[in-house]
Amino acid sequence: MCCGIFFKTMILKPQLQDLKNIGYYTGKIIIGIGLTMLVPAVIGLLFAEINPALDFLIATEITLIIGLILTRVCFTEKDLNWMQGMIVVSLSWLAAMLIGAIPLYLSGHWGCYLDACFDVMSGLTTTGLTLVQDLDHLSYAHNLWRHFTPFIGGQGIVVIALCFFIKGVSGAFKMYVGEARDERVLPNVISTSRFIWLVSIVYLILSTLVLGTVGIANGMKPVNAFFHGACIFMAAFDTAGFAPQSQNILYYHSLLFEVITIVIMLLGAMNFNLHYHLWTGNRREIWRNIETRMLCITIVVIFLITLIGLNQVGSYPRALIMFRKGFYQVISAHTTTGYMTIYARQFINDWGDLALAGLICAMAFGGGTCSTAGGIKALRLGIIVKALQQDLKRIISPEPAIVEQRLHHLKEIFLEDKQVRAALIITLAYLALYGVGALVGMFYGYAFLDSLFESTSAAANVGLSCGITTPGMPAGLKLTYIVQMWAGRLEFMSVFTLIGFFIAAIKGK
Amino acid sequence: MKAAINLIFFCCAVSYAQHISSTELINKAKEYDGKTVVYVGEAIGDVMVRGDFVWVNLNDGENAIGIWLDKELAKEIKYTGSYQAKGDRLEIAGVFHRSCIQHGGDMDIHAQNLRKISPGELVKEKLHTGKRNFTIILLGILCLVLIFVRRQSSRPGQLRRPAKLPQE
Repeated sequence: MCCGIFFKTMILKPQLQDLKNIGYYTGKIIIGIGLTMLVPAVIGLLFAEINPALDFLIATEITLIIGLILTRVCFTEKDLNWMQGMIVVSLSWLAAMLIGAIPLYLSGHWGCYLDACFDVMSGLTTTGLTLVQDLDHLSYAHNLWRHFTPFIGGQGIVVIALCFFIKGVSGAFKMYVGEARDERVLPNVISTSRFIWLVSIVYLILSTLVLGTVGIANGMKPVNAFFHGACIFMAAFDTAGFAPQSQNILYYHSLLFEVITIVIMLLGAMNFNLHYHLWTGNRREIWRNIETRMLCITIVVIFLITLIGLNQVGSYPRALIMFRKGFYQVISAHTTTGYMTIYARQFINDWGDLALAGLICAMAFGGGTCSTAGGIKALRLGIIVKALQQDLKRIISPEPAIVEQRLHHLKEIFLEDKQVRAALIITLAYLALYGVGALVGMFYGYAFLDSLFESTSAAANVGLSCGITTPGMPAGLKLTYIVQMWAGRLEFMSVFTLIGFFIAAIKGK
Repeated sequence: MKAAINLIFFCCAVSYAQHISSTELINKAKEYDGKTVVYVGEAIGDVMVRGDFVWVNLNDGENAIGIWLDKELAKEIKYTGSYQAKGDRLEIAGVFHRSCIQHGGDMDIHAQNLRKISPGELVKEKLHTGKRNFTIILLGILCLVLIFVRRQSSRPGQLRRPAKLPQE
C-alpha cells in the first residue's frame, strides 16, 4: 500500500541542564536590564524628582534580586546550544517587558500594569505605540526611560549583555542571531556589538547637540531643548517614534526639526554594515548595495502612490504642503519609526484609502536588515525581486541556458534557492502576522482598513496609529499587539523555538 | 484702545461660539476650517517665541493643539504644564486651520484673543513614604542576596567563573 518510510521525530523533554543554562544567561541579561534603570533614577535625582527616582530604585532592586537568584540557582559552566540561545533571547525580552514596566506603572500615568507592559514592549521593540496617559505631565525620569527602552531594544538587549556581561562565550553568537541579527559587521559578535554601540553613542552625542541647538533657536528652554534632543534622537535612530510630548513631532512646529528627524530616521533604517562602510570611507558600497537601492525604489514608488491618494481627496490646500506632510509620514512609515506631524485620526478622516494603503505598504516593507528598523526588510524584498527576475529570464531563455542571478550586498552574491526560500518564509510569516492582527482588530469591531493599519504598525514595529491604540482599547487587542511587536522584532525564530520548548516540556518523553 | 477692541472682539467671539474640544476639532476639521472657535486648555511644555509671535500648545485633556499668538498676548502665560507645574488654563478665541498654509500644513489655531481662566502653579512633590519604605526593605533583601551569592562563590570548588571558550 505504501512503500515510503516515515520517520516520526521524537520530542525530547527539556533536561535540567537546559533549564540551568537558560536560567543562568537570562539572569545575566536581567541584571543588565536592572542596571540600565539606574540611568533614569540618577536623572530623576538630578531634576529633584524624588518619587520617580524611587520608582526606578524599586525596579532596579527587584530586578537585581531576581537576576542574582537566577544566576546563583542556575549557575553553570556549560555553553549554550542553538535552542537554549534562542530561548534565552525570547525569554529575556519578555522579562525585560515585565521588569521595565514596574517604574512606569508606579508613576500612575499608565491605567494598569498591562498598559505599562504594552509601552515597554513597544519601546524595546522600537515600535512606538503608546498607552500613556497625561504624557505632558510625565517626569523627566520616566520620559527618559520611555526613550531609553528603544535605545536598549533597538541595538539589542543581548547586544548590550554581549558588550558588558557575557565575555568570551561561544554561545554569544547563538543569542546574537536569536535577536534577529544574522549579519556581523566585524569578525566576532562581541566586536560587532561594541561597534553597534559606538555608532549609536557617537550619533547620540552629535544629534543631541544639533537638535538641542535647533530647539533653543525655536524658543525652547535650554534644558528642555537638550533633553528633547536626546529623547528624539533615541526614538528616531532606533526607529521607535516615541516623543516627550503628546503631540509627537507636531509639538515643535518646525520644518528644520522635521528635516533633521528625517535624516536620523533614515540613518536608523540603514544596515549597521553600511554604517561601517560609511565610517571607513567606502561610500561606493552604500550606493551599490541592494538594500539601499531597494529602499530608494520603494520609498519613491510609495511616495508617489501616497501623493496621488492625497491629491484625490484634496487633503491639503497646496502642493508643497501635501509634499511636506506626505513625505514625512512616508519616511516615518518606511523606516518603521512612527513619528507623526499630523493627528492619528487625520489618517482616517483626511488621507483617503489610497494614501493609507501606500502607508500600510511602506510600514509592511520596513527598513534594512541588521538595523533598528522592523518590517519585512529591504534585503528580503530585493532577493524576492531578483528571484522573480531570474525566473522570467529562465522562461524567455532557450531551454539549455543556465540563468544566473547576482546581487550586491556587501559583496557580489550568486542568488541561491535557499536564500530565496528563507526570504519568502519570513515574508510570509510577516504577512500572516499583519493579517492575524487585522482579524483580531475586526473581531473587536474596528473597520478593516483601520485594523490592518494598526496591526501592520504593531507587527512591523512602526508605531504610527490611526487612533485604535488608546488606553481604552480592549485588553485582548493590547495583548495581540504585544505579541505582534515581540514576534515581529525577533523575526519569529526565537519565538517559535520558545513555543516549541513549552510543547516539548508538556508532550516530550 | 487696542485692549478695548480686543475685549469687544473676544466677547463677540465667545458669545457666538461654544467651547470646542480638541477631539471635535480633529474629527470635524473640514467643518471648522477657517472659522473662529473658542478653545480651552492648559498651556503645556514651552512657550516658543518666533519673532513677534509665539507657539504655545494647549491641552484640553484629550489632545493638545498648537496656538499661534501675538507675543504681547503670550505675556499673560506664567506657568506651563510639566511634571513640576500645573499650567495656566487659557481660553483662546481664534481662527482654526485644518491645514495652515502659513505653517506648513499644521493643524492650528491663530489666536485673536486670550483669557486666563485659572492660573497655574508649581506642584510641590510630597515624598511617597510607602515607596521610600519599600525601597529600603528591598535594599536590605538585595544586600542579603549579595552576601549569600558572594559567600557561595567564594567557597573553594563551589562556583567558578565560566571558562573562556573559543568564540563561535
